Amino acid sequence: MSEALHMPQPALEDLIAMLWREGFKVLGPVARDGAVGFDEVRKVSDLAVAMRDTQEPGRYRLGQGAAGEIFGVVNGAFSLKPFFFAPEETLLEAKRERRGFKVSEVAPVAPPLAFIGVRACDLAALAVQDRIFLHDRFHDTHYQARRKDAFLVAVNCARSAPTCFCVSMKTGPEATTGFDLSLTELEQGFVTRSGSAAGEAIAAKLGLSAAGQNEVVSAKARIDGCAAGMQRGLDPTDLPRLLYAEAENPRWKDAASRCLSCTNCTMVCPTCFCHAVVDQEELDGNMSRRVRKWDSCFSLEHAHIHGINFRPKIENRYRQWLTHKLAAWIDQFGTSGCVGCGRCITWCPVGIDLTAEVAAIRAHPVKR
Amino acid sequence: MICPARITGRRTETAGIYTFSMRLVDNAVRRAYSFRAGQFNMLYAFGVGEVPISIVSDPGDPEHLEHTIRIAGRVTGVMAGWKVGDVVGVRGPYGNGWPVEEARGRDVVIITGGLGCAPVVGLINYIFRRRDQYGELHILHGVRTPNDLLYRERFDEWRRAPRTRVYLTADQPDKSWRYKIGVVTELFDELTVPPSSIVMMCGPEVMMRFAAHALRQKGIGDDAIHLSLERRMECAVGLCGHCQYREHFVCKSGPVFSYRTVRELFGLSGI
Ligand SMILES: Cc1cc2nc3c(=O)[nH]c(=O)nc-3n(C[C@H](O)[C@H](O)[C@H](O)COP(=O)(O)OP(=O)(O)OC[C@H]3O[C@@H](n4cnc5c(N)ncnc54)[C@H](O)[C@@H]3O)c2cc1C
Ligand code: SF4
Ligand code: SF4
Ligand code: FES
Repeated sequence: MSEALHMPQPALEDLIAMLWREGFKVLGPVARDGAVGFDEVRKVSDLAVAMRDTQEPGRYRLGQGAAGEIFGVVNGAFSLKPFFFAPEETLLEAKRERRGFKVSEVAPVAPPLAFIGVRACDLAALAVQDRIFLHDRFHDTHYQARRKDAFLVAVNCARSAPTCFCVSMKTGPEATTGFDLSLTELEQGFVTRSGSAAGEAIAAKLGLSAAGQNEVVSAKARIDGCAAGMQRGLDPTDLPRLLYAEAENPRWKDAASRCLSCTNCTMVCPTCFCHAVVDQEELDGNMSRRVRKWDSCFSLEHAHIHGINFRPKIENRYRQWLTHKLAAWIDQFGTSGCVGCGRCITWCPVGIDLTAEVAAIRAHPVKR
Repeated sequence: MICPARITGRRTETAGIYTFSMRLVDNAVRRAYSFRAGQFNMLYAFGVGEVPISIVSDPGDPEHLEHTIRIAGRVTGVMAGWKVGDVVGVRGPYGNGWPVEEARGRDVVIITGGLGCAPVVGLINYIFRRRDQYGELHILHGVRTPNDLLYRERFDEWRRAPRTRVYLTADQPDKSWRYKIGVVTELFDELTVPPSSIVMMCGPEVMMRFAAHALRQKGIGDDAIHLSLERRMECAVGLCGHCQYREHFVCKSGPVFSYRTVRELFGLSGI
């Protein structure tokens, strides 16, 4: 890891201004509608300063935090996902011509984005989405257009939400890769490190000095304390085999009896990539757009073909979701589909907790 | 990218099933296009949608594409109206196709069930065009009622060909039915093949499961049994997630799988 630098609090203001000047649209965790979400920030006070979140299964509240603390809120419903994998976008346009039609690709409007305050789990999730959209057999030009110039300023977690379980998924609480700059918030300013050439260049422009030994120690202590205090965990041992073997475990039915199949978990999940592709004709019939929209394996049509629905029951769909996340994903992409951000637990209206579901299946297997 | 193709021929196979010949409009695209037996295209009806349809024409003549479409619903319903001269969209080819190389020199057993199975017709035609490269050919086909037997003349034609046997069965026969009665697996009593044979099948998954069991009894390994699966497809490039079959993307690593690869999943419902 690169050298630890000291960033006084006012330098964060400079960083935001500098990124705007460099041509980025700068986004950070902003409080809105009772939660934080990435939104435009022009100055530090736009961020959710002096606030903290309370999270538990099925519940999220924003409240007052420590005075002066800038990154006190762990996360909100939305990760970076919607910024790179758009919830809805046009891929192609087909225009009718005298004989037939002509198809053209629609390039996305993709200004370079800079994110301030990205958590380690969300960086890990971004790497998972990169693997899917950029490093598979077919690569996605729309995702790439949005992703290629992104500048990422990570924040190491000094505090976790009770729904977080990044430690067991080995994705946090410290950002170790995938960022341009990382910050660890202290009482007085930050310890910062660069993780890329672009990050190093920005750090140089900010004219930061080396961090003092005591600062480095206290930054590490905060991160270690966060890791040690994490309440939730998911034992990843042998997961593909366990979930594949337990396809008929009665727990699936049990979870399904609580699940509303509302799709919330898949919408807030930073790695879920399922989408629908639909052709929408304009009213005059001369133009048609191919649009892709987020879809969910909890929707009834997801596994429907003419005359057959392969996953008609909620228990089929809940099993599909969890087995895909934690098992099939590893076979498909060499990485887990879960980074332990806890969003699906918090934003489930009935508080279904995947860590508890897996633990129950592990504790009561029906197959040896 | 969707490539415009002009319909050059339309043939009615039976009510609701049409075979369209088509030619990619752009010269460069057409010359660069090639495919393997058993691959599919995403066919696009302007403004309506896109669906996966197998290529049934011969890969030896890739400039000439043929697709047999059974009218099922929203998109195929519009395709029923395609006429010679119309311009439609083609995106592909996708999927892995049948293991025709692996099958070379071996006896081939082809099993289908249910309503006409287009991917298998293309396969049978492929083998007939290269008949000396393959051993005995056994074609087993099961239908529910005699009315469901599409391509009756083709079965008769195949039956008359040398080194070829055709086995037909109907679940609910009528008086005119001259063949076997019962489900496809009933046909296995009559089938004598060496364990070195290769099997390719398509149809309802329960049928394929029973067939695979019966073939095991004949000493045919799970590796030598190949099946074509059908799942919802919206992208065909492994990104939309709809075609997932546990760890498999049917569009990307299928639609043809060896029984060995999927046998564990075959007994499970709701996968
Ligand atoms: C690899 C593959 C090869 C196929 N080859 C042929 C073929 O050669 N000839 C043929 O007639 N049919 C074939 N099919 C089936 C064909 O794709 C469906 O009949 C068609 O998608 C139905 O669309 P629809 O809009 O008319 O039906 P609707 O029932 O209105 O379906 C609406 C949507 O559901 C999805 N869908 C429905 N049924 C299927 C299905 N069976 N498979 C995949 N998606 C489906 C599609 O996205 C479709 O647009 C194949 C399917 C697959 C997966
Ligand atoms: S499955 Fe849940 S905890 Fe895991 S990454 Fe998705 S939303 Fe976060
Ligand atoms: S959020 Fe909860 S209720 Fe909704 S689909 Fe997910 S598990 Fe089911
Ligand atoms: S059809 Fe989209 S992933 Fe296979």
